[in-house]
Parts: sequence; C-alpha cells; structure tokens
Amino acid sequence: MTLLTAENITVTRGGKPILRDVSLQAHAGEFIAVVGPNGAGKSTLLKVMAGLLKPDAGRVMLDAGPLSALSTRQLAARRAYLPQNPQLEWPISVERLVALGLTPKLPATGGLPESYAPTITRALEQCDLVEKRDQAATSLSGGEFARAMLARAIVSSPQILIVDEPITGLDPRHAMQSMTLLQSFARSGTLVIASLHDLTLVVRHASRVIVVVDGGVIGDADSLTEELVHRSFRVTCHLTGQGDSRALTLLSPSEK
Amino acid sequence: MKLNLTLVTLIVLAFAASLLAGRIWLPLASLLSPHDSLAGLIIFDVRLPRTILALIVGAVLGLSGAALQGFTRNPLAEPALLGVSSGAALGAIIAIYFGLVALSPITGPLMGMVGAVAACALTFALGRNGTVALVLAGAAVSSLTAAGIALALNFAPSPYAAYEIMTWLLGSLADKSWTQVMLVAPFAAIGCVLLAMTGRALDALSLGEAQAQSLGVNLTRLAAMVVAGTAFSVGAITAVSGAIGFIGLVAPHLVRPFVGYAPRRVLLPATLAGALLLLCADIAARLVHTNPELRLGVFTSLLGTPFFFWLVVRIRKVAP
Repeated sequence: MTLLTAENITVTRGGKPILRDVSLQAHAGEFIAVVGPNGAGKSTLLKVMAGLLKPDAGRVMLDAGPLSALSTRQLAARRAYLPQNPQLEWPISVERLVALGLTPKLPATGGLPESYAPTITRALEQCDLVEKRDQAATSLSGGEFARAMLARAIVSSPQILIVDEPITGLDPRHAMQSMTLLQSFARSGTLVIASLHDLTLVVRHASRVIVVVDGGVIGDADSLTEELVHRSFRVTCHLTGQGDSRALTLLSPSEK
Repeated sequence: MKLNLTLVTLIVLAFAASLLAGRIWLPLASLLSPHDSLAGLIIFDVRLPRTILALIVGAVLGLSGAALQGFTRNPLAEPALLGVSSGAALGAIIAIYFGLVALSPITGPLMGMVGAVAACALTFALGRNGTVALVLAGAAVSSLTAAGIALALNFAPSPYAAYEIMTWLLGSLADKSWTQVMLVAPFAAIGCVLLAMTGRALDALSLGEAQAQSLGVNLTRLAAMVVAGTAFSVGAITAVSGAIGFIGLVAPHLVRPFVGYAPRRVLLPATLAGALLLLCADIAARLVHTNPELRLGVFTSLLGTPFFFWLVVRIRKVAP
C-alpha cells in the first residue's frame, strides 16, 4: 500500500537547487535507506517528506491527500521525525525526554496520564535505556543520548518514522541494535525512512535503498550494488556474504 | 506537588504577616476585627489591596519569567531583559505625561500594555535567530525605551513631574487601593491564562524548534501566545507598580531543580514563588524605616543582583 508519495519535488535555497524534480513512492512496511555523499540533499529530502519543509515545486501526498492539508498536530500523530544532531536544552530526565514523543496525543494542559507509563517503559526497553530512565538526559554519553532520542521518536508508535542519521556516533553494538530496531518497526508495518552512512548496515537491514546525488535520485533499488556505490560516492567497494553476514567493504577512491 | 503545597502554605503565612506588619503593628486577633474599627480600616482598605497587588505582581513576574525562559531556552530571560518591562513603563509614562491618566485611570494599564506589546513584538521580530540575537534585541529595545523615558524626564513640565516619574519608575506598591487591584486583575488574569496554556509546547520546545514542530507545535501560534500573554500581564502590572526587576529571573531558577527542569512543570511553582518573593520583599521594604521610603523595585534589585552574579559564574562553569 502506497503511504507517502513525493511528486516532482524541487527545493531551491538562495538560487541554488538542493533537490531537483525528485519523485518517489514509499509503502507501509518498507525500511528505506537514503544514502549519498555529504551535501547531496538527503536531509532536505527527509524534511520535505516529513512535511516540515514546503517544497518550491511539487507536493507530498499522504495516502490520497496532500500532506499540506493536514494540521501540524494531525501530521504529528502519524509521523515521527528525528533531525540530525538532535538537541536538548534542559537537563530533564530520560523518561521525560521519551515522554515528549507523546506530545501530539496529549491535551494542551495537565500532566502525563498514568496510562502511558507502560508505553514509555517499552520504548526505553527497546532502546536499552531502562536503567538510565531517571538520569538527566543531558548527562548521557553521545551514544546513549542518540538512543534516547530514538526512543522519543518511536514511543508514539508512528505510522511513518523519518530519522536523519540515527546511528552516527553509536558504537557498533548499539548501531546494530538500532538498525535491528528500525527493521523490526518496518516489519510490523511502519514506513521507516532513514538517511545512513554505514553502508554495511544498509545492505544488511534496509529493504530498499534510495541513492541521492546532487539533489537528484540516481538509484532506487532493493539493495546497494557495487555499481551504485561507485556512481554515488566514487569509491570502489566489494560486496560479500548473504543475509545477516552481508558486508560492504570500501576499497579505494576510484578515478573519475 | 509537595513544592506547590509548601509554597502555598508560605504564601498564606506571608499574607497574614503582610496584613499585620507595617508602621503600625496589629495583633493577630485584629484579623477578625470588624471593618469599621481602626484596625479593620487599616487591614481592609490599606494593607489588603496592597497585599493582593503584591501577590498579583509577583505571580505575573514569576510566571512570565518562567514562560520566557522556557520559550527562549535561555536562563537569563525575564520581562525586563527582553525590554517588555521598560516598554510597559514607557507606555505608562506617556499616559502620565500627557495627562491621560488624570482623564481616566484605565489608560495607565492600557498604555502599559500597548508599550509592552510593541516592545515585545519588536524584540521577538529582531531576535528571531537564536537566543543571543534575542538577548541583544532585548538590550536594543531596552535602550530605545530608556531613551524615550529620558526624553520624557528631559521635557517634564515641572521638576515635580520629573520627580513623580522618577519615583514611579523605581517601583512601589505603597498607597495602592482597590481601584488599582481592579484595574490590573482582569488583564493580569488574561495574560496568565495565555501563558499557562503554553506549557505543553514549551516542553516540546526543549528539543529545539525542528523537533517541536515535528511534534505538532505551531511555533507561530506559540510565539503569539507568549508575546500576548507577557504583554497583557506584565504591561498591566508595570503600569500600576512601576518597574520591579529580578523576580521574573529568580523565581523560575529557585523552583526548577525541584520539578526536574521540565518547562511546563516550572510554570505553576514559579508563579507561586514569584508571588511569595514579592510579598516578602514588600513586607521587608515596609519594615525598613527610611526617609524617603525604600522603594520595592530598588529593594528587589539589590536582592536580585547577587543572584545574577551567581548565575553568571555558574553558567561559566557549565558552559563548555
């Protein structure tokens, strides 16, 4: 079932095109990895798909209607978004940080209803943070903080989960755990779109790869191929193994 | 919850003390004395309106300080730092200067609010790109309004008028009656309701603007509510009490560690702490016998400045 559709998206900043005429269809249950070099327009594409940035041309459709027809609150109830390098301004506890993900479901005033406690605990468990729940989130290590933010994004069980570089800065164990988590979300019917730089984890976990270079989609496939990596990053690589042992080894920058 | 109960208890005690303390000390039993006795007159017509006004002014300063600190995500934000108080003061002075207040007393608070809205809107319009820009914009707007006030003093029709404006600027709750309470209360209430409704959005905003927006927070509406709420409430109280600093800065900081730092949970206790602080300061200012009297605004500034220094030292330690 097609959930989210981008139709001829163009974004321009200061006369410079960031995205040019990008179209794609995303379906429930997909785990789409958006890969590409720095400055290719991945973050911009994610923001547009999340309805947080209005494109200069084109439109994004959710189900059959345009995304822009939804109120910010209606949209927030169905889609969670996590920016690159998320920040936190006050030393609130991890538990409260995660609870902020429930904001769209809560009334404008009053405390957090007790009935949400199990939901929060589940998100903390999934992100391996139960022991840290009462600690100030600003005192966490970089990796723990990234996981806390991921818990914040998944706590509302969104239909669409859009995350910008969720595993940057995580150690191998937690990077793999986060990818498995995102994959399990997709398998349970959520549409997951994530920009990623760890290509081995991309070939292991993502169900679809979109390659963005210079503001345009140059590849849209079930998985990465050596040829796609070469075309997008201009590096040669070697793909080995099957299933969970698949690996992508980068060899050397290739000649033009 | 415990914190709020403690604060309410302290406020009740301070409330009773405020009715009994002053140039003439009244015995506890006089709280029950009839209205037409001397003690009754002092309590009901002099000290009760002053006490209630102190609570309103303190509560507004505490709440607006907490909301502004949450909104700007800046621990130094308070109505005065963002130019809101001085904007209100300029508005009220214009009303005094051109004799509008003599025609109709309600023009004082109204012009105060107009000044506060204008100053607040200007600060937020200039300082949209982050907190440093906002604090700078607040400083710029404060200078502008200070220039306006200086201009009014310069061209004051008589030395007496200049003195009048000066003493009013220092901030005081002396010689206030029920009329002032009635003038301020409705606007303060409207402003406080607007600010109290921002809690959930302020919590989400602690994740930064991008995430708050993705969580369904309408940033434009939030800014409008904070500006309007601050302008209504701070504009009205400043027009009656003059400029009273530091309560808005200090109150949220005092309660924040007890409620886990979440901006929404700071709002109510900061309101109560502001009311308590200002009431205590007013009682203290009354009990210090000086001639001329020690003005409340001066007193809070004297108390608040060391706190500001402490904050600067602490931030220097915490900052990377």
